[in-house]
Amino acid sequence: MHQTHHATELHQTSHSHHQEHHVIAVGTYFKIYLVLMALLALTVGAYYMDMGSHGINLVVAMTIAVVKAVLIVLFFMHVYYSAPLTWVTAAGSLLWVGLLLVFLLADYISRGFLSILGK
Amino acid sequence: MQTASTPTMPDAGGRQILLSHFDDLDQQHLSSNLGMWFFLVSEVMFFSGLIAAYAVYRAQSPVAFELASKHMDLVIGFINTLVLLTSSFTMALAVRCSQVGDNKGIVRYLIATGVLGTVFLGVKATEWKAEIDHHLFPGAHFVVPAEDAKAMQEASVGPDGQLDRTLYARTLGHFQMMFALYFFMTGVHAFHMIVGIAAVGIFAVLAQIRWFSGYGTTQIEVLGLYWHFVDVVWVFLYPLLYLIG
Amino acid sequence: MSASAHARHDDGPPADYLSDTSVASWLLTTDHKRVGILYMFSVTAFFLVGGFIAALMRLELMTPKGDVMATPDAYNRMFTMHGVIMIFFFLVPSIPGVLGNFLLPLMIGARDLAFPKINLLSWYVYMIGGVMGVYILVFGGVDTGWTFYTPFSTMYSNTMVVTAAVAVFITGFSSILTGLNFIVTVHTMRAPGMTWFRLPLFVWSHYATALIMVLGTPVLAISVILIALERFFHFGVFDPKLGGDPILFQHLFWFYSHPAVYIMVLPGFAVISEIIPCFARRPIFGYRFVAFASVAIAIFGFLVWGHHMFVSGQSMYAGAVFSILSFLVAIPSAIKVFNWTATLYKGSLRFDTPMLYAMGFMGLFTIGGLTGLMLASLAIDVHVHDTYFVVAHFHYIMVGGTTMAYLGGIHFWWPKMTGRTYSELWGKLSALLVFVGFNLTFFPQFLLGYLGMPRRYFEYRPEFQVLNVMSTAGASILAVGFLLPLTYLLLSLRKPRDAGPNPWGATGLEWQVESPPTTHNFHQPVLVTCEPYMYSPEEAEREYANGQHAHHA
Repeated sequence: MHQTHHATELHQTSHSHHQEHHVIAVGTYFKIYLVLMALLALTVGAYYMDMGSHGINLVVAMTIAVVKAVLIVLFFMHVYYSAPLTWVTAAGSLLWVGLLLVFLLADYISRGFLSILGK
Repeated sequence: MQTASTPTMPDAGGRQILLSHFDDLDQQHLSSNLGMWFFLVSEVMFFSGLIAAYAVYRAQSPVAFELASKHMDLVIGFINTLVLLTSSFTMALAVRCSQVGDNKGIVRYLIATGVLGTVFLGVKATEWKAEIDHHLFPGAHFVVPAEDAKAMQEASVGPDGQLDRTLYARTLGHFQMMFALYFFMTGVHAFHMIVGIAAVGIFAVLAQIRWFSGYGTTQIEVLGLYWHFVDVVWVFLYPLLYLIG
Repeated sequence: MSASAHARHDDGPPADYLSDTSVASWLLTTDHKRVGILYMFSVTAFFLVGGFIAALMRLELMTPKGDVMATPDAYNRMFTMHGVIMIFFFLVPSIPGVLGNFLLPLMIGARDLAFPKINLLSWYVYMIGGVMGVYILVFGGVDTGWTFYTPFSTMYSNTMVVTAAVAVFITGFSSILTGLNFIVTVHTMRAPGMTWFRLPLFVWSHYATALIMVLGTPVLAISVILIALERFFHFGVFDPKLGGDPILFQHLFWFYSHPAVYIMVLPGFAVISEIIPCFARRPIFGYRFVAFASVAIAIFGFLVWGHHMFVSGQSMYAGAVFSILSFLVAIPSAIKVFNWTATLYKGSLRFDTPMLYAMGFMGLFTIGGLTGLMLASLAIDVHVHDTYFVVAHFHYIMVGGTTMAYLGGIHFWWPKMTGRTYSELWGKLSALLVFVGFNLTFFPQFLLGYLGMPRRYFEYRPEFQVLNVMSTAGASILAVGFLLPLTYLLLSLRKPRDAGPNPWGATGLEWQVESPPTTHNFHQPVLVTCEPYMYSPEEAEREYANGQHAHHA
């Protein structure tokens, strides 16, 4: 039976929520900011470097962008100090973008695999 | 259980007001945080539709996209990215100030964030104006610059040495498509920036008049999440739009 | 302590969530129960509009020649508006907006959803989109089909496509806001002791639905905005002359719209999972399987959208991949059907109105699902794509499934929401009429599609007429079946409150409070100590054998 009486236990939330009040030092933020600046310079530098094919340039640029994004997400958005649910949410959203892109591009790339017109 | 019901009472002592449907402050804070995160998930998917369109067309015509990208001033884009990353830094500091109870710091860093964001938008607006003046806004008035048309023509030569008309037409079309995607992606991003700057401004005012209970830790943190997200989107847009090739 | 004593305060009027009757208290409410009632009025109104359009369509289709509509163009606008209104303004918001909003906090032991004001905002946003939709209907409608396929919608249609795109975009926000409200609520507002595996399956299914709402709706927003931009600015994103690909629109559109059908059906599963254990007096069979199946449907549902595009120009390899995945996505749904069926085994069955709807759901959803598998096979789909076979398939799921579940849920929780009971006789009669009318309307459509009658045509070959007439006859019975509950349920409101907290003898926190509940749901903090669905068929049989009323008053 469901009983109702004065409950002193906490509601069902993640127990690590108190970590979200973790105060990050100004120095840490500044260091991350400097790293981001360096990565930005690297992004532009990579553009000017000839790496052979078009595709490699894209991969390098995107990798650097991902690193920047991860730093912002982990430290500026406090995910490093947050409950697992938070980083699952963030990672999940990236996974979903990936799903859309992979399945979508799979169609376009595989057109013309067979020599049947229109397929 | 605290049950103050009106959130309009300023509380200089820093004691946060608990809304009546929550059991305790931690639950309230976690809910707000999670709520913003799931909203950001929906925003990620919103931009992903555009990224998908971009990916498809760029894969089909890398040459057209590269030529189009050369019309974006990458130095201006670099400056804008710098400005936005700095605004993320000041936003993070504003959130930190709300956590340690430094109200002056909150206002100072929120204003800095808003100013940097406005600088970003101003620069973007001048970029757009320049591009529109050069007939690079897609639609009825779009004009393919002569050198680019020539380069694309050369790239559309078939194995027999003759111009492949279908390929050429498609490449020309994708050149314009890049600009359509550029304006739309940066436009949507700019819209999100405008909303963000407005919110930052409003929060700066509210913090100044001590409207928040408890230094507005939750509210400012949630605003920070939104701001950093808009920054992350730009971190991806910059290389995708300005640095192709 | 009886429930009714709780509802009355001797020092004042009874204080439940319906007490304050001022307009302002309704339009400015943040009480999730009131928002649910607001949604109920809205979805009912839109259902009637969409249903009226369907009636006109069926009238037209009684004869092979076009006679009711002046032009084929008018028929195009009819089926488009029927689709847009029924999907976006009825099916998507119905069960989550009405029953989800009302019951979710009650079921988890909370006083409200996590964001009550955002809840109200979601209703207002939905109403703005809905009013725009009706405006479009009144001023000529859109003729592109609810799917807005390019290049017709972007380049050739002369109707209010941009307005429709904006209306859909706005309504999508309602979905996203509801979705994130539900997700956060389930994560953070469960009462002490309410662990994930003590949650009613209603909550699990709505959680899965909410995930889809948040992840999928934004992509619809983008696809619809791209159409608007292309019409407005002539951007040419989908224009073949500019190298655009119309199929890209279909990809973006169906990336949402396939998961959307799971947004429409998962809440139906939610209702059925509550009704069947109660009326079989047995705990649900395989609770964890049903719970995980809900989440699996939400996830896998995102991987199958290409099955709407087998014949559009998608690559055959992609088609094959989507086909296989579409077969796989049927598995979690099948698991649920097996588990509901197993719940009935050795149960003590009572066929009250909600149970009749639930039984109807199980049979009709199974038929809809199996025909879905047929459509998932490439070879069959080439033959029946864009025929009435597809129309029959999705109506079996949407009407035979979701709408019957919605009605079943309304009948099950009506005493809780209003404090009144309704006439069982009329309830059972309506359920039967809906079942008979529905099958007579839509089963012939499977045959029509197989025989080759295309969908979205207002004229057809004379040899199809007999089946079409049967379908229209069924539609008239179905209409009566739908209108009856509207009548007797509204009439029940004139009675005094006679329901009591638990007329069905159901388990679940919502049945532990009075009917209708007070504004803050619970009078004391809630502590949950046992599993859900603690029914006992033996006990039910004993009570029945002893001649007692098997349900607690």
